[in-house]
Amino acid sequence: MISYVFKRLVEIVPVLLLVVVATFFLAHAVPGGPFDRERPLPAEVKAKVEAYYGLDQPLPVQLLQYVKNLAKGDLGPSLKYPGWTVNEIIGSRIPVSVTVGSLALLLAILIGVPVGVLAAAKPHSWLDRVPMGFALVGICVPAFVLGPILSLIFSTGLGWLPPCGWGSPIHLVLPVLTMGLITAAPLARLTRGELMEIYNLDYIRTAQAKGLSPLRIRFIHALRNGILPVVTYLGPAAAALVSGSFVVESLFDVPGLGRLFVTSIINRDVTLILGTTLIYAVALLVLNLVSDLAKAVLDPRLSRKIS
Amino acid sequence: MSEEIKSHSSFAGTAWRRFARRRLAPIALGFIGFLALTCFLSPWIAPFDYKAQNLALGPVAPSVQHWFGTDLLGRDLLCRLLQGGMISISVGLIATAVALLVGVVYGIMAAEVGGRFEDFCMRFIDIISTLPLTLIVVLATVVFGQNIWMIFLAVGGVSWLTMARIICTKTRALKNRQFLDAAVALGQSRWGIIKRHYLPNLAGTIAVYATLTVPGVMLLEAFVSFLGLGVRAPMTSWGMLIKEGADVMEQCPWLLIIPSAAFGFTLLALSFLGDGLRDAFDPRTLSE
Repeated sequence: MISYVFKRLVEIVPVLLLVVVATFFLAHAVPGGPFDRERPLPAEVKAKVEAYYGLDQPLPVQLLQYVKNLAKGDLGPSLKYPGWTVNEIIGSRIPVSVTVGSLALLLAILIGVPVGVLAAAKPHSWLDRVPMGFALVGICVPAFVLGPILSLIFSTGLGWLPPCGWGSPIHLVLPVLTMGLITAAPLARLTRGELMEIYNLDYIRTAQAKGLSPLRIRFIHALRNGILPVVTYLGPAAAALVSGSFVVESLFDVPGLGRLFVTSIINRDVTLILGTTLIYAVALLVLNLVSDLAKAVLDPRLSRKIS
Repeated sequence: MSEEIKSHSSFAGTAWRRFARRRLAPIALGFIGFLALTCFLSPWIAPFDYKAQNLALGPVAPSVQHWFGTDLLGRDLLCRLLQGGMISISVGLIATAVALLVGVVYGIMAAEVGGRFEDFCMRFIDIISTLPLTLIVVLATVVFGQNIWMIFLAVGGVSWLTMARIICTKTRALKNRQFLDAAVALGQSRWGIIKRHYLPNLAGTIAVYATLTVPGVMLLEAFVSFLGLGVRAPMTSWGMLIKEGADVMEQCPWLLIIPSAAFGFTLLALSFLGDGLRDAFDPRTLSE
């Protein structure tokens, strides 16, 4: 198991390197640079600034320099915010997005999985139809619709919550609710679909024939297999949540990574684009590994294959 | 008589009957057809001009004259909704077509060549999937300006990955079947095999996945519009209308609720359609 984890972690390095190379050239393919303002800088000043950041070097040299610094954990200076390093900027945003993202993930799991289990337990009853109807609506309603509607209800209408802002736990409610509900909807459908298929399998009929209680069959026998695709789905979903959502962060004025990423693209802040993309890629690769390990814990056949 | 029996037992006939048996799927198909028709005919049938401002009127709530009300500049929301629908549905269709074309060609090619080449192709998709799609779409819209055709292409260009993966897996499975060995043994050319064996067998999967791609693509376009990088005003799309509505939802809630509902219902109908098609084409239940 440990050697497997080690192997997977080592495999991450070349993938990250390719991500850096691809993002680097993509970001440099955009015309215009971070120093283009409404009032253009005098040519000699611009040349000096570019020389200071090493932007006068040929692209492959810049890339090599970036990778060298990256190996030391240095993501370089931000081109748009003078005096700030990318490490500092990203470091200040990570706690925000991770807090919102992990709470939303928790909410999604706590709603999505039980709803799916209940719906599969009594298919075609109101316990199935009503929550699954909501889940279908949840899939079709994007965050930039749900967010404003929740805000319309809970802050404009009822006045229970502040419409936007950041600083106290009450500000967490609307962003977490929006992201959590949007993620819970496909989770519930996936759980229900998987369980419905498993309930038709022979080993469940065997368990029923042995006279095991329906609750035991549902939660111990079926759920353990049925949850595997859900865990697969959760890997990328968790990465998307913890790396922040641009829409939710800008709707509720949350200073997180998602907004940073999009503004860095619009500002052509190449080092910041690279930094945020890397954070997302690391989150995705690591969380996929975590989800694979979780599946190995749930399914002994998988853990035997690994070791 | 024999004609009729033949058509009823054909693949398409069985699929259609199975499709029609789910009540919601044909309703969804009808809804989408009606909506698309109204949107595309809107330049001729809309009661007002979608970009005609009436600043003296300003925003009014839904009324007899303006069924869906007007926006801050006094423009009729119904007309803007139809115009926006035309853009959003076009994005959905064209970008899906792009995604489909690239995905199917890539997937079949990878599986048909096989071996190392296939591994390389799939690995390439894995790595592209690690890049945030937002990066590519936003970069493309920034590079090419807010050109609507480039938005179609960019959105389609990032949506083909899953399609390629599915097609590759399916083609590989087909490749191992005996009838393909027979076709090769009979001297069928590579192109002939692709045309006569792969494509007809993949048709169901392609149709199902295409309906499931359309909502994703429409969401992506709406997201780009939300960033303010979508179509250029006074042209509009559903994403843009929702964004404008969200900005003024306290004063004029109808500007948010009506476009959101139109968008939500369309996605809902598409997902019913996709489910219906999946059931219709599912070979596991086709023999029923």
